[in-house]
Amino acid sequence: MSESLSMAKAINLGLQRAMRENDKVLLMGEDIATLGGVFRVTEGLKTEFGENRVLDTPLAESGIVGTAIGLAMRGYRPVCEIQFDGFVFPAFDQIMSQLAKQTSRHQGDQSFPVVIRIPYGGHIGAVEHHQESPEAYFAHTPGLRVLSPATPNDGFHMIQQAIQSNDPVIFLEPKARYWPKGDVDLDGTPAPAHQSRVVRTGTDVTVVGHGAMVAMLLDAAEVAKGEGINLEVIDLRSLSPVDYEPIVASVEKTGRLVVAQEASGNASLGSEIAATVSERAFYFLQAPVLRVSGFDVPFPPANLEGIFLPDVDRILDAVDRTRGY
Amino acid sequence: MPYTEATLQLLSIDGTLVESDRTAEYRALVDKLNDAQLQNFYREMVVTRRFDIESGNLQRQGQLALWVPSLGQEAAQVGSGFATRSQDTIFPSYREHAVARIRGIDPVAILSLLRGVTNGGWNPNDSKFRLYTLVLATQTLHAVGYAMGTTMDGKSGNGKPDLDEATIVYFGDGASSEGDSNEALVFAQSYHAPIVFFLQNNQYAISVPVSRQSRSPLYLRGEGFGIPSLQIDGNDVLISYAVTTVALDDARAGKGPRFIEAQTYRLGAHTTSDDPTKYRGQAEEDLWKERDPISRFEKFLRAKGESDKFFAAVKTEGEDLAADVRARVLALTPPSTDTMFDHVYTDEHPLIAAQKAWLADYEASYGDSR
Repeated sequence: MSESLSMAKAINLGLQRAMRENDKVLLMGEDIATLGGVFRVTEGLKTEFGENRVLDTPLAESGIVGTAIGLAMRGYRPVCEIQFDGFVFPAFDQIMSQLAKQTSRHQGDQSFPVVIRIPYGGHIGAVEHHQESPEAYFAHTPGLRVLSPATPNDGFHMIQQAIQSNDPVIFLEPKARYWPKGDVDLDGTPAPAHQSRVVRTGTDVTVVGHGAMVAMLLDAAEVAKGEGINLEVIDLRSLSPVDYEPIVASVEKTGRLVVAQEASGNASLGSEIAATVSERAFYFLQAPVLRVSGFDVPFPPANLEGIFLPDVDRILDAVDRTRGY
Repeated sequence: MPYTEATLQLLSIDGTLVESDRTAEYRALVDKLNDAQLQNFYREMVVTRRFDIESGNLQRQGQLALWVPSLGQEAAQVGSGFATRSQDTIFPSYREHAVARIRGIDPVAILSLLRGVTNGGWNPNDSKFRLYTLVLATQTLHAVGYAMGTTMDGKSGNGKPDLDEATIVYFGDGASSEGDSNEALVFAQSYHAPIVFFLQNNQYAISVPVSRQSRSPLYLRGEGFGIPSLQIDGNDVLISYAVTTVALDDARAGKGPRFIEAQTYRLGAHTTSDDPTKYRGQAEEDLWKERDPISRFEKFLRAKGESDKFFAAVKTEGEDLAADVRARVLALTPPSTDTMFDHVYTDEHPLIAAQKAWLADYEASYGDSR
């Protein structure tokens, strides 16, 4: 059965299904129970599952993640919501030094199936700390997995896969894509979570991104087509581990790669992808891998976000530059 | 000085029992202890101290990267450790060697951590003694989460003290300033979690005295969060046992969290990398040696008629343990390189698998030349 849903609703249904299937799954976060979360992703779940499985927590991010670790030690599968990207940093120590390293520290005696959902990214005109893309910190950290859906269908399936994972998962939800609707296959078998996906085939330049950037890459591909340039668009879906096979296969065909991301470019996920593809597909590349990123400045006041964030024109500029080699 | 009117005590420095209305409930518990139990209190304090000294020696001889002594804190640990029931879960910091022993943790497992063999050392699901945690206060949140899970599982507050579970978490005066320990108190109180916060105030966080952590007694921190809190003489094994027993039983009965501040003193250095002469004087150390937990309890046992033979046997047991630990530590071998890759994740992970395979090939490429 397929239904047209927003990503916010699709993740909501994914959470509901995971909670129905496993009574060890519980949700915890700020304003998530009675209010249903500031983005309403958890709306209605307290009514169905009660306040012992949908916890309005005290306003303390380190406390949320730290207690989730303790709950995991007792066999629970906590799904934490961090209200906004910029608010994850008070929990950074618990994520980096505790959650990420616990499995290794326990040498197989204990798993830590904790999911940390983080609404991330720009395009919503919000105040400081509400528009950031912190994926590189988590992708850099051994012991964590990082997923980011770009479509409602992936939102529905990937949140369930994240919960089923026996490892900690940072689940980055693109705020800018919470509301547009898309078809969600409620019964189908999902693709593996850690698989990147070609979402538009093309022959001239490969463009790669995740989350909200995927829709922008598709827009850019449509514009490029009008100019006779065929872009192949790849949705990363998994940011750690990155599934390089489809990217390398695409570059072997196109010889050109542009990586687009909202995050600042210095030491970013895009930098890692550029380096890895350069190693794996060196003899196929006709041009250097180019990155289109946010500038290396703090996320600016919202009036300037349109300048800070990559847009269709900046993506196409990079496409032109890579074709100019 | 650390001992104030608020400080609960059963055993005075000279080894005699002190009567007070405020401690009558605890005195009753102690009166129920039989000779074998009292002997165990003494034995664990003495043997742990001997282990502690041997471990310090091993570090000085280059056999351990570091040692974290518990010297002087034996009463706080042994009393509270024996207060736990077998169904209770213990979250240590990194200095709770006596509690570890009481829970059956092999002392060599602790030393394997400090010899660089492992970052863990034991399976906490077997012993219900969780792994040592080196980032201060982080374990307080894990403990509260675990205790919240106890409530969710319906494993506390059933009026069955022999089955109902409680959690105890150890932390120190330095850790009391960390955000995590304060958030832990918030969560514990908010969710009415069956947990006891056991703060060993050993007067110093490495070099910084407790007066820099707090201008008011630390047990008032617990009170400030609405948690019933007490301050005890942490060098009195009997009050440590009795107060912790009551606190754990309150927690397991569903009465919510409890907080205990044990006034004690780190007679040794923070770690073997530390130099206490730079921040405290001999007079202060001498004062605390007079309050030593072991000599005080020995006086108490001798007055009760305990034989020289018993004390000699405990001393021998300590020597035997020290020799055994030394031999087994020296025999520890480095872990295989596979352990570095295994268990980073529970599920398959392509990057780790590729790097593990690469290293194996790389090592093999040297053939027999290495």
